[in-house]
Amino acid sequence: MADYLNSYLFIGAILFTLGAFGVIVRRNIIVVLLSVELMLQGVNLSLGAFSTFYHDMGGYMLVLLSLAIAAAEAVVGLAILVALSRHVDEFYVDRLKSLRW
Amino acid sequence: MSEAPWLIPLSPLIAFAINGILGPRYLRRATGVIGSLGILTSFLLTIGLWLDLPKEDSKREYILYRWLESGSLKIDIGFTLDELTVVMLLVVTGVSFLIHVYSNAYMEHDNSFARFFTWLPLFVFSMIMLVMANNFLSLFVFWEMVGVCSYFLIGFWHDRDSANNAAMKAFITNRVGDFGFAAGIFLIFWNFGTVNYSEVHASIGTITSGVATTIALLLFVGAMGKSAQFPLHIWLPDAMEGPTPVSALIHAATMVTAGIFMVARNIPIFEAAGISLIIIGGIGAFTALFAATIAVTQTDIKRVLAYSTVSQLGLMFLALGSGAYVAAIFHLATHAFFKALLFLGSGSVIHSMQNEQNMHEYGGLKSKLPWTYATYVIGGLALSAIFPLAGFWSKDEILAGAFFKGASSNGDVLFLLFWIMGLTASLLTAFYTFRMIHLTFHGMPRNRSLYDHAHESPWLMVLPLVLLAALSVAAGIGLGFPPEHGVIHDYLQHVVHSKHFELTGDSTIIISLAIISTAIALIGMMAASAIYQRGRPSPEAMGRLFPVLYTLSYKKYYVDEMVDILIIKSSKAAGFVLWAVDAKLVDGMVNLLGWTVKAFSSIGRRIQTGQVQNYVLIMATGLVVSLGIIMVMQ
Repeated sequence: MADYLNSYLFIGAILFTLGAFGVIVRRNIIVVLLSVELMLQGVNLSLGAFSTFYHDMGGYMLVLLSLAIAAAEAVVGLAILVALSRHVDEFYVDRLKSLRW
Repeated sequence: MSEAPWLIPLSPLIAFAINGILGPRYLRRATGVIGSLGILTSFLLTIGLWLDLPKEDSKREYILYRWLESGSLKIDIGFTLDELTVVMLLVVTGVSFLIHVYSNAYMEHDNSFARFFTWLPLFVFSMIMLVMANNFLSLFVFWEMVGVCSYFLIGFWHDRDSANNAAMKAFITNRVGDFGFAAGIFLIFWNFGTVNYSEVHASIGTITSGVATTIALLLFVGAMGKSAQFPLHIWLPDAMEGPTPVSALIHAATMVTAGIFMVARNIPIFEAAGISLIIIGGIGAFTALFAATIAVTQTDIKRVLAYSTVSQLGLMFLALGSGAYVAAIFHLATHAFFKALLFLGSGSVIHSMQNEQNMHEYGGLKSKLPWTYATYVIGGLALSAIFPLAGFWSKDEILAGAFFKGASSNGDVLFLLFWIMGLTASLLTAFYTFRMIHLTFHGMPRNRSLYDHAHESPWLMVLPLVLLAALSVAAGIGLGFPPEHGVIHDYLQHVVHSKHFELTGDSTIIISLAIISTAIALIGMMAASAIYQRGRPSPEAMGRLFPVLYTLSYKKYYVDEMVDILIIKSSKAAGFVLWAVDAKLVDGMVNLLGWTVKAFSSIGRRIQTGQVQNYVLIMATGLVVSLGIIMVMQ
């Protein structure tokens, strides 16, 4: 079982990295939000893998929490998006720079 | 009177207060009477003091109250009651009274009549307190106060720019002298722990002669400022902007004599510093000659008298330097009489000539102003030291004193030079005095319209002239005969005793010196008569004869111009430099600081792009780097 743990962690890491990459690079706001979700899922996977491997329920507890938070945060992010849509025409992150120097 | 000497300065002070508060609105003409009565009271009280002068040492100092006490410094408001005080007070109050009476008529048409009689009694009060003071600090306070009153009175007609400037010049020049004076007083306190006259004089032996010399010279700087010796003489001729009674009182008889009084009061200090007396004598002799050469060419009648005062003050300092202290005080008194007489007489002339002061507009006034003429000639004879008038006795004693110190083996040969300078000054004095008299009273009138309107002055002005003339005739013989042993010498001998050199008192020398100086004076008189009696050589004609000397004399040797360049313009230039440093350099550096901050921030702020993704990138990079470092450290 031990060597299988690394595979799960590996995948979790890939998910996380892809998510981070998306947050930094992609221009579309909705894609950025998706990427944030992806990051969270990668973390969840790693947590679940640890929990199973060490026979400790604590991991899955944290996963539950994390999912709830991910959902809430997605709601808030989309609410902000809706509010933003009233002021801009296109959802490109690099256009939103009024807090520039 | 020795029980309550404070009454003497009190009455002019009350007159000042009444005239100042009630004068302008309610009293007008009465202020003149109040002022005169205040001074008369002082004069009578002074006679009372004279008759009641205490003999025991303990009673000769009267403390009014303790002014301040701080550690070892104890200063009182006190009075010194000795013969020197009495002599000075008699002169001050007596002459002041006559001038107050005179001013009642002279200032009659002036709108600020009440203001005049506010300041004049205040001045007399300050002068009395100065003379009666028993410590240096008291002296200094009233020294400054007479300067302040002089400022008010010179600038009395304050709508005139020239008067205001002259008042400021007088005060500032005095201040320069007072700077030295104050430094001397500080040194006195530092070395003696007290500023009381009697204590300082008693312990004069406890300091080195170097310190004593420094103190003496610093005190003399103060005297130079107040008594208008070169180079601090520049204020006195300009002070003639004030009304003529002011010139008579302050700048002839009283304030300017304060310097001489101060030196006479502190003879132990000056004698402990032998060289200071030489310097005093030298500056006195030089100033006497210097001012006399200027007086010869002046055209304003009051300026001639002003430079004459400077010259005579120089002679008094020469007397002090020669150790002939009684002669200095004697000359102070006689000079007060005849100089006040001459000033008041010139006021009479100016008054009748409708404020014209240029002598070249005068001429032939002797028939129009007989009383003024007669008294003026008496004053002139006294000033020129013609036997047997007052000036002869006192001035001769001064010159004899200088000669004695110069020719004696225990004296100083330099004083022979000073004696010659004094003689030359006497020659010039006789010359310019009679030039003045001839130009004013003899010859043909030069300004017909003014001449026609001239008339003798009212009796209120003539009476003081007559009294002063009587004093100018009698005071010399009365006080100073026989030389060295007259009334004044015996009276002052406790307080002020002249130094005795080898030849002092030798009667053959005295008589020969008297003959020499009288001859010199007569030569001066006759030269003036020969040149000026009939006509009027115009200034230009006389000037063409000796162009360089005339210009130097008429332009007062350019002393004022040099002061302007050396002191005034250089101070302004230094001020400009300092302004430039402050405004350009200091402010520039502050500006540079601000600019630097701006420059750096304009680079640094570019990190704020406003794009969230940049921020995320930076955060992620930072996180990775930190984790990497931690892992490497493991």
